[in-house]
This record gives sequence, structure tokens and C-alpha cells, in this order.
Amino acid sequence: MTVGVEIIKEETLLRRFISDFAQSKIAVAGLCTIVVIILIAIFAPLLSSQNPYDLGQLDIMDGRLPPGEVGGAGFTFWLGSDDQGRDMLSGIFYGLRTSLGVGAMSAFIALFIGSSFGLLAAYFGGRVDSIIMRIVDIQLSFPAVLVALVLLAILGKGVDKIIIALVAVQWAYYARTVRGTALVERSKEYMEAARCLALNHKRIVFRHLLPNCMPPLIVVVTVQVAHAISLEATLSFLGIGLPVTEPSLGLLIANGFEYMLSGKYWISFFPGIALLVTIVSINLVGDQLRDVMNPRLQK
Amino acid sequence: MSQSELTLQVEDLQTYFYTREGAVKAVDGINFDVKKGEIIGLVGESGSGKSVTGFSIMGLIDPPGRIAGGRIMFNGTDLVKLPEAEMRDIRGKKIALIFQDPMMTLNPVLRIDTQMTEAILAHEKISKEDARQRARDALGQVGISSPDQRLKSYPHQFSGGMRQRVAIAIALLNKPDLIIADEPTTALDVTIQAQILFEAQKLCRETGTAMIWITHDLTVVAGLASRICVMYAGRIVEKGDIDEVLDDPRHPYTYGLIGSVPSRNKRGMPLYQIPGMTPSLLKLAPGCAFRQRCERATDTCLVMPEPQQPQPGREVRCFHPYGGGGE
Amino acid sequence: MQSGLVLLVMSLLVFVGVFAIGNPVDILINPDADQAEIERAIKALGLDKPMWEQYWIFLVNALQGDLGRSFVFNIPALQLIWQRMPATLELAAFAMFLAIFMGLPLGMIAGLKPGSWIGRTIMTGSILGFSLPTFWVGLMMILLFAVYLGWLPASGRGETVDLFGVPVSFLTLNGLSHLLLPAINLALFKLSLTIRLARAGTREAMLMDYVKFAKAKGLSNARVILVHVFKNIMIPVVTVLGLELGNVIAFSVVTETIFAWPGMGKLIIDSINVLDRPVIVAYLLMTVTMFIVINLVVDVIYSLLDPRVRLGDLKS
Repeated sequence: MTVGVEIIKEETLLRRFISDFAQSKIAVAGLCTIVVIILIAIFAPLLSSQNPYDLGQLDIMDGRLPPGEVGGAGFTFWLGSDDQGRDMLSGIFYGLRTSLGVGAMSAFIALFIGSSFGLLAAYFGGRVDSIIMRIVDIQLSFPAVLVALVLLAILGKGVDKIIIALVAVQWAYYARTVRGTALVERSKEYMEAARCLALNHKRIVFRHLLPNCMPPLIVVVTVQVAHAISLEATLSFLGIGLPVTEPSLGLLIANGFEYMLSGKYWISFFPGIALLVTIVSINLVGDQLRDVMNPRLQK
Repeated sequence: MSQSELTLQVEDLQTYFYTREGAVKAVDGINFDVKKGEIIGLVGESGSGKSVTGFSIMGLIDPPGRIAGGRIMFNGTDLVKLPEAEMRDIRGKKIALIFQDPMMTLNPVLRIDTQMTEAILAHEKISKEDARQRARDALGQVGISSPDQRLKSYPHQFSGGMRQRVAIAIALLNKPDLIIADEPTTALDVTIQAQILFEAQKLCRETGTAMIWITHDLTVVAGLASRICVMYAGRIVEKGDIDEVLDDPRHPYTYGLIGSVPSRNKRGMPLYQIPGMTPSLLKLAPGCAFRQRCERATDTCLVMPEPQQPQPGREVRCFHPYGGGGE
Repeated sequence: MQSGLVLLVMSLLVFVGVFAIGNPVDILINPDADQAEIERAIKALGLDKPMWEQYWIFLVNALQGDLGRSFVFNIPALQLIWQRMPATLELAAFAMFLAIFMGLPLGMIAGLKPGSWIGRTIMTGSILGFSLPTFWVGLMMILLFAVYLGWLPASGRGETVDLFGVPVSFLTLNGLSHLLLPAINLALFKLSLTIRLARAGTREAMLMDYVKFAKAKGLSNARVILVHVFKNIMIPVVTVLGLELGNVIAFSVVTETIFAWPGMGKLIIDSINVLDRPVIVAYLLMTVTMFIVINLVVDVIYSLLDPRVRLGDLKS
């Protein structure tokens, strides 16, 4: 009996959540765009007219073609080509793949590490708490770009390296969020009850504490994924992120920088638009999630 | 009584809030008047529309709320029709408002003197020094010692009672014709409450200022007001001379309200409780709003009762009032 | 005390970290040089000593105000940074100025009329400002204003005038025209942030009783908004923006790279690329010190703005 009641309640909660979310049409549009972008990233090889990472397929003679021109390989460069004859559209599809992959990957690793530390700090309190939070405070008092910059200067270029740098930058945000919520939750009665039942630490933390920290965490994850993508692009643009052989969106933009002054805008312009649309969509969804999940604004 | 003796005359005032779920009739056709120098009590539970009435008179109803109909005659002018600029001249000068929570009404980051003198300078072209002088006098008037020093303080340096005195002093600055006091003593200690009530009474007697005292607490108005309006779900259900209403309530709601006040004669006996809860104004069923909680309700109550006048100066909105003489 | 400890730990981390980056000799010395020449260079740069000894020497020197010499420019690293710092600070200050003086009014308008088209437009703009990658906006600004319209220069600092012995750009028309694009670019993110803070603060303040009370006093809307609301939203805005100042200085790395602005940010990127260790270490320590100072200053300003904090100590 009780199980049935619970299921019905969960369904209405979820339905309510969806209908609340759908109140903002622009957020729904953002969500749809994200889905499309993810699909593009997954199916990039099928959608592209060339493999932009395969130097054998690139023809230097097709270099710097303006959008819409037909190159030597016989297909149209809808968004033009870069200096090495790389089709910008294909480059963007593959670049999205790299950017989204790096962004999501680093956000989730950081989420895992950060929330573990946050939970530890909140659950055990005392010295553990003050040590962890002191590190978090110091880390957060330094701008993310700067920390990432230093780390990459030390580690060098590469996908794995940039993920390490992004995780190092972001874990502290998650730790702080989780600790904050967990502290509030910890003082509530159901936690008292769980402790009175003499449940073990693991069970209390993961079955009781963590699920209740989820709402703010989901919002932070959305915002941080967008942030990670943007930061990766920035670092790649500065030439200290990803290697030139696997251009992410940031690197594509950097490649076009030197040709821009001569009016060849497309090399930098279109990857930037792709980056922009991605980040805006994620932020729109994040904003709406924040509004929907914020109990203070609920009517 | 002649028209000129009346400071305020509210006629069929309707203030609605237009929300997503529909119009909330916070105030739905109320009538009352206030004579010069008179204190009138506006009593009701939270959500009965008493505060909204006060804000309507001040012209401070924020969207989605709006005055949907009726007149508010103040010294012969209809405030509902008055343009915003002229309304601003009346606000704070002719009609002043005192709020419930003294902790929240003073701006935490501005000094007391700023908050006081601006209320004068908004209405009169006098020098800052003169305005300060008047602010100082007003503080003295409400019993704040060493007003000179106090003027330079920030609100958080005052206790709750002191802050409410400051708020009252601000209301007095321009010698208004009418003060609307929205539960000004609810958040205060009983002793301070008594002091403030005493000051208010003295003030009205001395200056001829009329006052609307909004409260949910019958005992407060009992010793203060000369007449009382009892509000329920946006309407006035009973109105009359304070002693008559308290000694001989006619409307079942007023009856219940008085029955639920603890007093010496009722020691040891269970206090009366009005059953049920205040209805949601959004989904108000037709007919008398009190009928679900009323033990005297019958099928006739499915129609909204019109106000009846069992005796001069008395009004009851009920088909089955308690009969005069106590029951 | 704690700040000193942070500095010490940071210096160690940075030093060890920077030490781990490849061998600077490979980059600095002519590849055709013979073994003896390389040895001489290593000795001259102090690279032959073990790492802990290098750190100790560094630490002792640092306390005497000597953070080492740049491998590349062969002048003291600190001096190099001092030379570049005014340009960065000018850029950052101008960007903050733009962010505050445009962001506050826009945010307050959006907060006063959240449902109106103008409120929505401002908020959409602020979401864009948050989402737009700074470096890409910089490029597009160059493309539009420098390449196509030709109104403003794309790079460099332009004419500078000495103000109290420090070269500044904003006092000459030419310098100002060079400053404008990078400053707007750098300001964009903080502008969006200011708009958000001001909007949220205004919306919150408008619901407070003290605003209703101020209106009930018969004050004009202008006075209610410009005095009562404004003073209250200044508290969060100043606190957050003060702390963001450090961020602006850090982010000027990107802006300076795009607009070839000769500041510290450009210096650090160049130094990372040629592994000029002393400059990297000195830059980071300078920035850390700067952040600590900024935090202190913000605390002071905060207490000046909020009387409750100012007098809170006396009360308790």
C-alpha cells in the first residue's frame, strides 16, 4: 500500500517539476538546443563532409575559402575553410565533440571529488571541516583562469591535462555547495532519526544526506559545465590548452585570429557562434532550474 | 452629522489583486467613515483585508493589485481619482501610515535624521536646519530622551519600542489629518504597547487628528477606539459603537471573536474557538463567507446578506444575528 | 599572519610547480652552443643547484625584495612586473568603472520593471554577457570596430602621459581610443554580474517595508529609488565587485593577449611560453599579494557602507 502511495507522489512531483520548468519557453528552447548539439557532437563523423583531424583529407589549396565556395575535394565549404583547408562546418562538429566532452568530463569528475569532500566536511565537522573548507576558501579566492593557467603551464598540453586543470579549478565549487546544503540538512530531524536508528556512516551519507543535497547541486553542475566549456575554449585560445592536432572550438577561433585583420572573419566567427549557442543554452536551462528549484521563489 | 466633520469617507471600496489564478477580492465593497479626531478600530484576522484597506487609502496598492471600484473621500476629494503627483502630496502630509513591524519600516542604512527630515522636505520648502528642529521636537513629543543625539543614530541602535516611536514621530512630523496605524503595537512588549496606546489617544484628543487603528487584537481597540469595524474575508461584517459591539455582538463572527478573548470572568472555563480556518479569498463560494464556520448558518446564507441596521449607528451583515440583549 | 602563511605556501607550490616545467636552457640558449657555454649559462642562472637550495635562495632573496632576474630580459623580475603593472591596473580600473556605472542603473531599471520589455531586454543582455566567451567577443569587437568600421585601433596602448610618474593612457584622446575596446571587453562579464546583483537587490528592496514606508512619507519615486533602494543595494554590489577586482586582473591575461595590451597579463603568457621561471613566480606572488590586499580593502569599504557592521562590534 505505502509503496503505491509513494510512487504516485513521486510522479506528481516530477510532473510538477516539468510543468514548472516548461513555464519558461526560452528555457525549453535552450533544452532542445542542447539536445541537438549533443546529437551533433555524437554523430559528428556522419554529418561532416571531411574528417578535420585527418591531415590526409585536407588540401592546402582549399585554404581560407570564404563560405559557400566549392573546393578541390568537390564539396561545398558552407562556412568556409581555415588556413589548412579544413572545412569549418566539419571542424565545428568535431570541435563541439571535443569541447562538450572535455566540459562534461571535467564537470563530472569535479562533481565527484568536490561533493565527496563537501560531504566529508559537513558530516564529520570539526577539524576535518575546517581544514577542507580552508583549502576551498583559498582556492576560490584565486581566479579560475589563473589557477588553470599555472597548472597547464606546469603540465603541458593535452586533453587529459586540460581535464585535470579544469577539475582542479572546479572541485571547490561543488565542495562548498554540498557542504552548505548538507549542513542545513544535517540539522534536520530526519538525520537525527537516521542516527538514532544507528545506521552506519555510509548509509546515512549516501542514502539520506546526498539525495537531499541534489537540487542545488544540479544547478551548480549545469552552470559549471558551461563554465568549463568556456574556460577550455579560453585556454585553448591562449595556446596552452589542447594540442593543435585536435582543434576544439577555442583553437579554431585562435587559428582565425591572425586572418581576421584581413577581413577573413569566418574562421573565427562561426566556431564562436557555435560556442556561444552552446553556452547560452546551458545557462538558460541552468537559470530556469535555479528558479524552479529555489523554494524561496516558489508560489 | 455634517459633511465637514468627516475626515474620511470610504464608499463601496473594492481592491482586487489580479493573479494568475484569478482575481483575489481582498477588499470587496466596504463602507465606513472617520470623524475628525476620532479613533476607529478596524479588526479582523490576517487576510481579512484590513491592511489592504489601509494601503488603498494611501494609494499604495502595488500591481497586480488595483482599486477596482468605489470612492475614498478625504476632506472632500476623491483619492481614487487623484493623479499620482497630487496623491504624493497628501501621502505623508495629510495622511500618515505607521507599519506593523518597527524592525522593518526604518531603512537600516540611513540615519534617523535623514529619514525624518526627508519626510518634511518632501512637502515643504524649508531649510534643512528647520526641518531638523522639527524632527527633534517630534522625537521629544513621542518621549525619546536626548533627541539631538538620537537623530544621528542608525535604526539598529534603537530597541523595537524606540523604533516604533520614531516611526510614529515621523508620522506626526507634518501634523496629518489622518493616521492609519497598521498593527503598530503587535510586535511590541505589553508595557511599551500601553505607553504607545496612551500617546496615540492623547495625540488625537489634542490635535484633532483622526486615526484608523488596524489590529487583530480586540483588547487593544477596546480601550482606544470609539467605533469599530469588524472585517471578514474582504467585507465589513459588523460595525458600531465600540462598547455596544463588545457588550452585545450581533454577528456570529464578532461573537466568536469576543468569546475567544481570555478574561477574568471566564477563568477556568474553556475558551471559545471559532471552528475552521479563514477561507481562501481566491475560491470564495457565493453567499456569506463565514457560513462554513458559523453554527447559525442555514440555507438562506447561500446568498450574500445585505447590511442590516438593528439600531442607529449599528450595522450587521447577517441573516441570523444574535438578538440584542445577550444570549 | 594567515596571509603570510598563504603567501609562503603559495610560493612553495608555485616554485615547485614551475620547477617541474621543462628545462629553460633548451629554449634560451642557442642550440649550436657547445657544452662549456651551456654549463656557464646554467651556472649563471643558478640552475645547477638542487631544487630545495634554489628555493631557499629564492626565499631569502624574496624577503629582501628580490624575486630573481628574468632569464629573457635579464632585469629583475619584480622590476619587469612593476613596469607592466600600471597598464594592467589602468585597464582593470577602467573596466570596473564601466561595469559599475553602466551596470548599476541598468540593473536597477531591470529590477524596477522586471516584467517590462526593457527589463527583459536588459536581463537577456546580461545572460548573453555571462555566456559570451570573453576572448571571442574581443575578436568580434576588433572585427567590427577596427577592421570593418575602422573607428578604433585594434592593438597597443597608444600615447601615454605620465600621471604622478606613472604612464597612463586615458588622458590622451589617442590613448583613450586604444583603451576603450579592451576595457569594454574586460568589463563585459562584470557588467553582467553588476546588472544581476543590482536587479536582485532592487527587487528585494522594493518589497521591503522600509520602501513602502518611504513611499508613505510622500517621497518622490526618484528619492525612494536613488536614496533608499540605492544605498541598500550598494552593499552587496561593492562587496562582490571588490572581490571580483582580482578576477578582472587575472582575466586581463586574455584581453591583453587579444588587444596586444602591454600589461602583466601579456607578460605572463609570454613568460609561460618561454619558461621564464622567475617572472612566472614573481607574477604569481605579486597577484597573490594583490588579492590579499584587495580582500582587506573590501572588508573596510563594506564596514563603511553598512552601519550595522560598523557599529556591530560596539554593541556586542
